[in-house]
Amino acid sequence: MKKIINAVDQVENQMIDGLVKAYPQYLKKHTEGNVVLRAEKKVGKVALISGGGSGHEPAHAGFVGKGMLDAAVPGAVFTSPAVDQVYAGLQAADGGAGVLMIIKNYTGDVMNFEMAAEMARDMDGIDVKQVVVNDDVAVKDSLYTVGRRGVAGTIFVHKIAGALAETGASLDEVQAVAQKVIDNVRTMGMAIKPCTIPAAGVPGFEIADDEMEIGIGIHGEPGVEKKPLESADEIVDTLMEKILADIDFAGSEVAVMINGCGGTPLMELFIVNNHVADVLADKGIKVYKTMVGNYMSSLEMEGFSITLLKLDDQLKELLDAEAETPAWVAK
Amino acid sequence: MADVKKVIEMIHKIAEDIEEQKLYLTELDNVIGDGDHGINMARGFKAVLEVEPTFEGKDIGAILKTTGMKLVSTVGGSAGPLYGTAFMKAGALMNGKTEADINDFIGIMDAAIGGVQLRGKAVAGEKTMLDAMMPARDAIKAAVEAGDDAKTALAKGLKAAEDGVEYTKTIIATKGRASYLGERSLGHQDPGATSFTLMMKDVAELA
Repeated sequence: MKKIINAVDQVENQMIDGLVKAYPQYLKKHTEGNVVLRAEKKVGKVALISGGGSGHEPAHAGFVGKGMLDAAVPGAVFTSPAVDQVYAGLQAADGGAGVLMIIKNYTGDVMNFEMAAEMARDMDGIDVKQVVVNDDVAVKDSLYTVGRRGVAGTIFVHKIAGALAETGASLDEVQAVAQKVIDNVRTMGMAIKPCTIPAAGVPGFEIADDEMEIGIGIHGEPGVEKKPLESADEIVDTLMEKILADIDFAGSEVAVMINGCGGTPLMELFIVNNHVADVLADKGIKVYKTMVGNYMSSLEMEGFSITLLKLDDQLKELLDAEAETPAWVAK
Repeated sequence: MADVKKVIEMIHKIAEDIEEQKLYLTELDNVIGDGDHGINMARGFKAVLEVEPTFEGKDIGAILKTTGMKLVSTVGGSAGPLYGTAFMKAGALMNGKTEADINDFIGIMDAAIGGVQLRGKAVAGEKTMLDAMMPARDAIKAAVEAGDDAKTALAKGLKAAEDGVEYTKTIIATKGRASYLGERSLGHQDPGATSFTLMMKDVAELA
């Protein structure tokens, strides 16, 4: 393992401290642990909290700030934050109007957030509601799985629900719009090189030089299949086919996110987007906004995901609304 | 079977073994999950070892409860809530007790399994830690009913847990992150069932 770190058990702490030091205008760290909060708490507004394992930077702490999240709870690398940490985040984030938890659909995340919510309700009387993001079309949503995984589409949930919360909307309204995003967002990814969790020291999976993993998860979990590497356009065709088959995008306007997994050059992400845009144009789907970059990364994994969000007028307005966070600024 | 001192000794040994086996558990998790089970469990039990000095003078219930709370607050992932709840439920059952006999241990297993099911909503045969826990509990119960002593019953429980781990290789995961793999999870053992079996081994050996 070759990484620019100091100690494997300090990567999370030092990453958070470094992030907060880079963006003091937006962020501050909770006095009691790894919870990232807005520099200035807004009282009387529905608060949004999200989190998950570390290693997905800038998600989620990079999206804390005006118009998006009020708190982020980064756990150990690729591990859900523990109950105490989420609970501390709920207490600190609540501005009296309740808290919406935006959880990615993983067994551990759901359990830790739900246990923390029970504590916040019972002991502090905080009104806590939740949405669970499950945008990954690579894995089956059936009785035989725990449902689809939550991946890069989560960022759109942060943005749109955060924008509505900023207008003074109620907890129920913010939860409803978050769910609307979830219902209309789909993602699929792939990778050509694995990543190594610092504390593990060895890559999470193996992949030959001439192979790729289609449908990979954001923790390097195996996807749909391993197969010989193809050209960027062929890979895009494979991913787009599954995404477009999942909900009816015909005639609609979409927001596109070409998300890098951490180790992929922007050059390649733009090559990907070049064909994604052509495929959408061919299908008569209008691109309203495109984002290309690392939003939900997986350490140094090489790969990308494509996210499509089907928009209506409300979602467009909220997507464009003002945001001031380290990783998403809109004026 | 075990007094307070023995229970502390068991938890200490479990913590040492989890630390020793953390890369093995992580490797198992790499294949069908997200490769953090061993690291997370080791972090949790390290935190438990740090509070071990506070166990002195406490009853078995309080010790198990503190262990569970430490696991919940430090492990994260799904193992944190699952093992944490298991230890806390077992602790509630043993509240005020300073001795545990084999029937108490069956009660502890019932409570722990109940806790895991409450959190994880899983049943037997879904390729989870329950596939080692439930056979272990059943084997111990059957052995006690057949008149075996505690040591023999626990040995049978351990054997059943080990068989349970083997059994997880033959089934498809329908809970947890391995469930996404469908048939690709066949042939691989469940890391959670494996970590439980490590704990069961320490209990059986030290009791």
